[in-house]
Amino acid sequence: MVRRAFYWLLPHPFLTLLLAVVWVLLQNEFSAGMAVFGLILGIIIPWGTSIWWPDQPKGFHLGRMFTYALMVIYDIIKANIEVAWIVISVPNAKLKPAWIVIPLDLVQPEAITVLAGTITLTPGTVSADLSNEGHSLLVHVLHTDDPDGVRDEIKTRYEARLKEIFI
Amino acid sequence: MSGQILATYASALSLLIGSGFITVGVIGLLKFNDPMTRLHAPTKVGTIGIGMLLLASMLHSFAIGSSSMHELLIMSFLFVTAPVSANFIAKVNIHRRTCETPPAPPRDDTWSTLNSPEAEITPAPLDPVKEPQTNV
Repeated sequence: MVRRAFYWLLPHPFLTLLLAVVWVLLQNEFSAGMAVFGLILGIIIPWGTSIWWPDQPKGFHLGRMFTYALMVIYDIIKANIEVAWIVISVPNAKLKPAWIVIPLDLVQPEAITVLAGTITLTPGTVSADLSNEGHSLLVHVLHTDDPDGVRDEIKTRYEARLKEIFI
Repeated sequence: MSGQILATYASALSLLIGSGFITVGVIGLLKFNDPMTRLHAPTKVGTIGIGMLLLASMLHSFAIGSSSMHELLIMSFLFVTAPVSANFIAKVNIHRRTCETPPAPPRDDTWSTLNSPEAEITPAPLDPVKEPQTNV
């Protein structure tokens, strides 16, 4: 009963939290009134728009998402330096771009979106397309000698962690 | 005010690093000759290039005493929207066949961009049992 009332009031609890944080950051200075108004907005907006987003995300681990985000930022910095070196040093004729097909174990659309976004944000790989029934992801790699290795790295490094975040 | 001087140097350094990465991104955009490889250059500009410039802006705002957190928001909105535009450019490339045609996916029929709507409009053969009912 309490649980149902909670989900009636807050259809998307994490969206409420996110909207409140964004509101406080937009104000650029913190005060209690701002936080309360942000929370009010965070309750009204998901409640009003819940018709267009009926499904609640089943399980979501905020703490694991945080460590995942830190890992992705580290990877972005590392990959940026590698790709910058490729751009400067490898001539066009020697460049080995490749398509990689990643068979997906993830099912939730949110999880696949986060995975595709992570792949694109990491320089050197761009996620291009999803197969028509959503079982594999098409990724373009700028320069690689070992396409299977890149596929396995994406699967073990990102997808395995996302499976633990979106349960 | 050694802290202020340190912050000024740090913001100058991150401005240099950021603009360096943006320069490399532009070189990549000009150098590569294939639309798909060219797409890789802007992802670099969008992540670390802009990120370092925003970090410089944040450090500067702390150095002059009025702290600003808007940069975090700009960064997070960029991180959310940049993959969408990259994905759309890649889809246009696949759709117009301006790049190598990708290999077929292992489990499904085809990639969703190559999935032509004509194939779905062509009617399936009618069920022989139901056919008299539709005529009546």
